Amino acid sequence: MLYSEKVMDHFQNPRNLGKMENADGIGEVGNAKCGDIMKMYIKVEDGIITDVKFNTFGCGSAIATSSMATELVKGKPITEAVKLTNQAVVEALDGLPTQKIHCSVLAEEAIKAAVKDYYDRNGICYDEKDLAPAPECPCCHG
Amino acid sequence: MYVYADNAATTAMSKTAIRAMEPYYDTLYGNPSSLHSVGQRAAEALEAARAKVASCLGAKPEEIYFTSGGSEADNQAIRSAALVGARKGKRHIISTAFEHHAVLHTLKKLEREGFEVTLLGVGSQGLVKVEDVAAAIREDTALVTIMYANNEVGTIQPIAEIGALCREKGIPFHTDAVQAVGHLAIDVERDQIDMLSLSAHKFHGPKGVGALYCRKGLPLLPFIEGGAQERNRRAGTENLAGIAGLAAALEEANVNLERNAAHITALRDKLIDGLSQIPHARLNGDREHRLPGNVSFCFEGIEGESLLLLLDAKGVAASSGSACTSGSLDPSHVLLALGLPHEVAHGSLRLSLSEYNTMEEMDHILKVVPEVVSYLRDISPVWEDLEKGVKTHVI
Repeated sequence: MLYSEKVMDHFQNPRNLGKMENADGIGEVGNAKCGDIMKMYIKVEDGIITDVKFNTFGCGSAIATSSMATELVKGKPITEAVKLTNQAVVEALDGLPTQKIHCSVLAEEAIKAAVKDYYDRNGICYDEKDLAPAPECPCCHG
Repeated sequence: MYVYADNAATTAMSKTAIRAMEPYYDTLYGNPSSLHSVGQRAAEALEAARAKVASCLGAKPEEIYFTSGGSEADNQAIRSAALVGARKGKRHIISTAFEHHAVLHTLKKLEREGFEVTLLGVGSQGLVKVEDVAAAIREDTALVTIMYANNEVGTIQPIAEIGALCREKGIPFHTDAVQAVGHLAIDVERDQIDMLSLSAHKFHGPKGVGALYCRKGLPLLPFIEGGAQERNRRAGTENLAGIAGLAAALEEANVNLERNAAHITALRDKLIDGLSQIPHARLNGDREHRLPGNVSFCFEGIEGESLLLLLDAKGVAASSGSACTSGSLDPSHVLLALGLPHEVAHGSLRLSLSEYNTMEEMDHILKVVPEVVSYLRDISPVWEDLEKGVKTHVI
């Protein structure tokens, strides 16, 4: 099998799937040309991400990494969510095929884009490099 | 219910082919090159298989060379014709943009070796125009190689007209007929084909065996050096069981060709009509000049790999030309050659049928494909905008 059981589980039964009304932050990354777009919504109360939702256009691992990334930040302080790495997503999914690592990078970026949107909306200062896009992906940033 | 609808990738073997192979694993295990009677019985079987294959193609037995499959046959035909042409100073080859990689990668390599390649466009319907072939022919054209039918979108090319043109101009004409043999009535004399590649596992034969037809009088260079097998054109002890299976499967396919085509075409048309009902769906490739078993669609707003995985879980085996299934960043070169934007090509689905499929199976496919497409669109952030027409690339 191409994917681990965990990936298949999160692909077939995605957690936190759907849109969110009145989100406090929204992040959208990727592009349709390269075949994956992730859109994430966060709800923030007292510095804690109380709810998170996503919509994803993409392959099995794009959906699974979106699902896992939302799980990893849900209920966490926002200061911790910005430290989410794509490696953490990959590890939580028991690994991804090499050519799919790109999807986990996108998931990390989507969370960070949502947090950045929240900060911008609320005039909260942050260090640009903490929320900078991940290292070059030949497709997304090419 | 689990429906296998990926027959363009490979087919289940026919019982006839399996039975034809069995003797060569125990009783008829001889090497056809051996002088003793065990070997000679194997040699007779080899020649009987060759005669069978030849008769199915309207060829002579001595024009058939067995290979390890379609890719090897394509490689050898193209490389041989190129090298023979180069001896006369001819270093130009004509082909199309949507050939199989066995052809395209061979041509790429020849380009690096100094050959010039013209890849003809195939238009939005996936059909080569004979006048485009005529216009591309030059004094130094060594070979025209154009597939009989496309593996992804199923379009059947005007092979007889191209054959006639090439014969008139005295240019060798090769066709990769891997998707066509066993499914369409092929006659190399009628179609004026000089070289043709075929692969057994596309018509219920075994994997790892194919054949190259090369018209008598046309030089064919060997690419595997060694013994004198296949009249010095392809060294290596023959895969006799595979060859027997190939011949039996091809004979069976040819005997039942019309009946199978009628059955498979009815299945195909039911799927095409049913899937066309899905909003923002597009049939890829010309509907009329189409292999009996090919159904190829693009569904906007979704991605092919997730579509395939969910279909598999719901009991349908299919394939896609999306980037994620092609193992690269780009979607299939075939869909791009038809002029589809990347965004649309990512959402492709190919269902390929055989005579083993049934109408009940088509009902199952028509139930689950719309469900899965609709689910993936629901979770896709681009669908809402596509549906409203806010974003482009809505079909």
